[in-house]
Amino acid sequence: MSLMQITSPHAHSGQSTSKVMLQVAAATVPGILALVIYFGPGVLINIALCIVTALASEAAVMKLRNRPVGFYLKDYSALVTAVLLGIALPPYCPWWIPVVGSISAIVLAKQLYGGMGYNPFNPAMVGYVVLLISFPVEMTRWAGPAELIQGVPGLDETFALVFGNMNVDGFTRATPLEIVRHNQSTILAQLYEMEPVFNKGTLAGLGWEMANVGFLLGGLFLWFRRLITWHAPVAMLATLAVLSVMFYDGGSSLSEGSPLLHLFSGATMLGAFFIVTDPVSGCTSNKGRLIFGAGVGLLVFVIRAWGAYPDAVAFAVLLMNFAAPFIDNYTLPRTYGHKAARKATDLEEQ
Amino acid sequence: MSQVDERLSASERRAAREAHLIASEKARDLSRELKINDFHGGVHPPENKHQSTGEPIGRIPLAEDLIVPLNQHIGATAIPLVKLGDLVLKGQKIAEADGPVSCPVHAPTSGKVVAIEPMSVPHPSGMVADCIQIRSDGRDEWCARTPLADYRNRDTDELLEQIRDCGIAGMGGAGFPTAVKLNPRGGVTIDTLIINGTECEPYITADDMLMREHADEIIAGVEILAHLLDQPERVLIGIEDNKPEAIKAMQRAAEGTRFHVVVFPTKYPSGGEKQLIEILTGREVPNEGLPANVGIVCQNVGTARAVYRAIHFGEPLISRVTTVVGESLAHQRNIEVPIGTPIRHILECHGIDRKQLQRIVIGGPMMGYTIEDESAPVVKTTNCILAPTNKELPPPPPAQACIRCGLCAEACPASLLPQQLYWYARAEDRDKLQAYNLFDCIECGACSYVCPSSIPLVQYYRAAKGDIREARQEKEKADRARERFEYRKLRMERAEQEKEAKRLERKKAAEEARKLREQNAGSPEAQAAKQEADVVAAALARVKAKQASPEQQLARAQRTLTSAEHRVERMQQKVAEADESQRAQLEAQLKTAELKLKEARDKLAEAESLSATAPAAQQHPAAESAPTPSITEDKLTVAGASSSAAGAAIERAKAAAAARASMSPQEKLAAEIDALKTRVEKAEARLQKARSEDDPNTAAFETALGKLQEKLAEKQQQAGSQD
Repeated sequence: MSLMQITSPHAHSGQSTSKVMLQVAAATVPGILALVIYFGPGVLINIALCIVTALASEAAVMKLRNRPVGFYLKDYSALVTAVLLGIALPPYCPWWIPVVGSISAIVLAKQLYGGMGYNPFNPAMVGYVVLLISFPVEMTRWAGPAELIQGVPGLDETFALVFGNMNVDGFTRATPLEIVRHNQSTILAQLYEMEPVFNKGTLAGLGWEMANVGFLLGGLFLWFRRLITWHAPVAMLATLAVLSVMFYDGGSSLSEGSPLLHLFSGATMLGAFFIVTDPVSGCTSNKGRLIFGAGVGLLVFVIRAWGAYPDAVAFAVLLMNFAAPFIDNYTLPRTYGHKAARKATDLEEQ
Repeated sequence: MSQVDERLSASERRAAREAHLIASEKARDLSRELKINDFHGGVHPPENKHQSTGEPIGRIPLAEDLIVPLNQHIGATAIPLVKLGDLVLKGQKIAEADGPVSCPVHAPTSGKVVAIEPMSVPHPSGMVADCIQIRSDGRDEWCARTPLADYRNRDTDELLEQIRDCGIAGMGGAGFPTAVKLNPRGGVTIDTLIINGTECEPYITADDMLMREHADEIIAGVEILAHLLDQPERVLIGIEDNKPEAIKAMQRAAEGTRFHVVVFPTKYPSGGEKQLIEILTGREVPNEGLPANVGIVCQNVGTARAVYRAIHFGEPLISRVTTVVGESLAHQRNIEVPIGTPIRHILECHGIDRKQLQRIVIGGPMMGYTIEDESAPVVKTTNCILAPTNKELPPPPPAQACIRCGLCAEACPASLLPQQLYWYARAEDRDKLQAYNLFDCIECGACSYVCPSSIPLVQYYRAAKGDIREARQEKEKADRARERFEYRKLRMERAEQEKEAKRLERKKAAEEARKLREQNAGSPEAQAAKQEADVVAAALARVKAKQASPEQQLARAQRTLTSAEHRVERMQQKVAEADESQRAQLEAQLKTAELKLKEARDKLAEAESLSATAPAAQQHPAAESAPTPSITEDKLTVAGASSSAAGAAIERAKAAAAARASMSPQEKLAAEIDALKTRVEKAEARLQKARSEDDPNTAAFETALGKLQEKLAEKQQQAGSQD
């Protein structure tokens, strides 16, 4: 009889990467539900297209790299990337948008850097930015909430919009962030009364606020399950809130929007709990995560307020991904028994 | 007498201090003092403690053979005191500690030493090490023991010696010699004694059961430990809150003492020394330091009990409580087992189901190691034998890629960044590994436990530590070699320089001497020296010539004789041919030649006789320079005579030369003149005599006289001009 020779520890928590990824995917469900309720089934088509393309791309690359395809697909990291990208895309966009985005995310941003764990940039955000820069028209036409457009497209209409030649213009409306961004002359109170997306909503625009609440709930679930730490999301949301208070300007026509608008509109909550918390491209230590999150919050507000794009989570995250290794270097935790933390670049005296 | 007094007064002092501390402790706000701290990280693995706490500590039949490793502790391997075939008694010391950080080893039962050789020992590497194998005689007969029950009146050194002599090493896991730990050096004051009853590792309940059943002995041991450490201000007994029965038993036993049983929440690895210190005192043991550096000594409850047994009964450490647990066993419990009992024997006594057994872990599931060879024995640090089934501890799934989730960093009790360490361990970037404090890793396994990608992180760290240690050693070696080489080079260079300097010095000295000689060419000293040298050389040459070997002398003499004969012949012819005017001169020459011929004949005769008397010397030319006892007496005389002759000649020549040298030029000239005058007188006398006798050589005497007179005149002239 040959006995096993394994070094300690012999016990394991039973946690696995696959389980983590599936839980992250599951945590997006409330947000997706809100999106479907308010904006129709378009988002589901996006997600489905993204998943199929992403898994196919992942499998193809694994095949090319002579790796066991099944083993790597079962870590479900491509699935999570696909779901997040699918959520971020405008519903009812042409089918090739999710396809091109997913291929960019998986092949360019992830596998070319060495696969899971090695990508310096968040793959979903890379895919999104590739699309936003390459196809700005398709990427900035968001469908309006059902209430404002006399009913969302049905399934047949959805397929016609995605795979056919049907024009989406009849279903699109300006997003709350766009409205505020392009407002020049009206004070916010009036704007809120004027614009149906605001006056039919409660917090930050009809539909958008509920989607954000959904992602917030999903994020709390992840935090409760100890799959993410609170540091990066809280830092990002707090920075965003503080900056929007600073530039609220009493709700004048020059106001950059209320804190509630910034927190519960656009991709704020999705970004805070599902993108900024991406461990691979983010910071390692809790202190680093605080800085990383705060940096994202700052950049989101700066781009929303003074940049060319109405929303900015993708750009902000990618810019902070650049900075993550640098932040890591300066935020080593203090090891037990050592007087002070030091920089990773300060090598041990030889 | 005075020593006893001192001892008594020391113990009185201690007692007084103890009383004072008890009083002040009561007065102190205990809740503030005993605040429980948390440490960073930690995990909550399933405890699995209930399996082995169902029944009291049991015993198993003695194994036939007990295998006692010589190194069961941290430090040097013990040196055997017994021989093959020796009969030993239970508790008899069978191996002596080697140096201060070492532990003696004792016979766990009575019997016969049947082997002293390398055998399988419990070690992660599965290595073999020197062991003493004792075949039990079944009598289990104790040797004589020397208790020190009145320890309060004893010297600290005596007590420490007893603890050391009883082979007590830390029973919590590392096995550090207890006596060393109780004798902190460098003038540190120990203000806190911590007794570790935490036992945070899953499955293990040895300390738990010990505390339940032997709390009194543990507390008595703690009293001894506190006494030895000069009554530290606080004595804290730390127990996790998942052992309510043990806590109750310990609290009951500690009643009336000043010891505090501190209960804190269960979290792995709170039983780690550093973690427990942080929990109980909030202090951190400095990096690369010891608990003593922050005034703390930490001892395991099992060690405390062993100390008690050693002091009160003189019992050495020959048995321990071990948890025998795992689903592949029919019977799971704790046993008090003699050190040296083979693990196979224990497993068989507990109904092992080999079909179910998937690995044998020594220690717990978090920090234990697997062993392959069941013949390995229980040692002083074996707190658990875990025989799990596949279902109980499933084999790890293949590792996936690290997703940098950071769960490991959250679990790390040392606040390290395990994923960075993993990254750099894979890249073998040793500088970075050290920058990320790899060596502060306590290998508790919390990071691997939580890793969702099932990466064997601890294994990477262990390997990296080994690599770095090896590299350090290599570097040290290389440094030493380089230093040696450099020193050697330096040394050689210096020697070369010294040689060169000496050479230059000599050259310079020679140069100066030459210059001086040139300057003083005419000076009497220089001349004298030169003359002396010449004289010596000439004398030596003469002596040497005289000392030439007999056959040489013979040959030379023959040659001289032949040439003299020829000369005489030629002279006679010339005389016959010559006319009157020349005849006289020629006749004189003939006379000289004849004289020489006669001389040559004499010499030849002498040489012939010499060569005849020394045939041995002829056969052994080498013997000439160094006469050996085999040489005849004659030869010895000759050799002695010749050497003394040479010495005398040198002496004479030297004396003459010295006499000449001591004169001033004028004096010398005068002396020469005197000498010449004497010679002229002598020559005149000889000439007169020759004339009167009508000697045929008269003409020759005349010429000689003429020459001498000429020389005399010249010298006198010289003297006159000098004046």
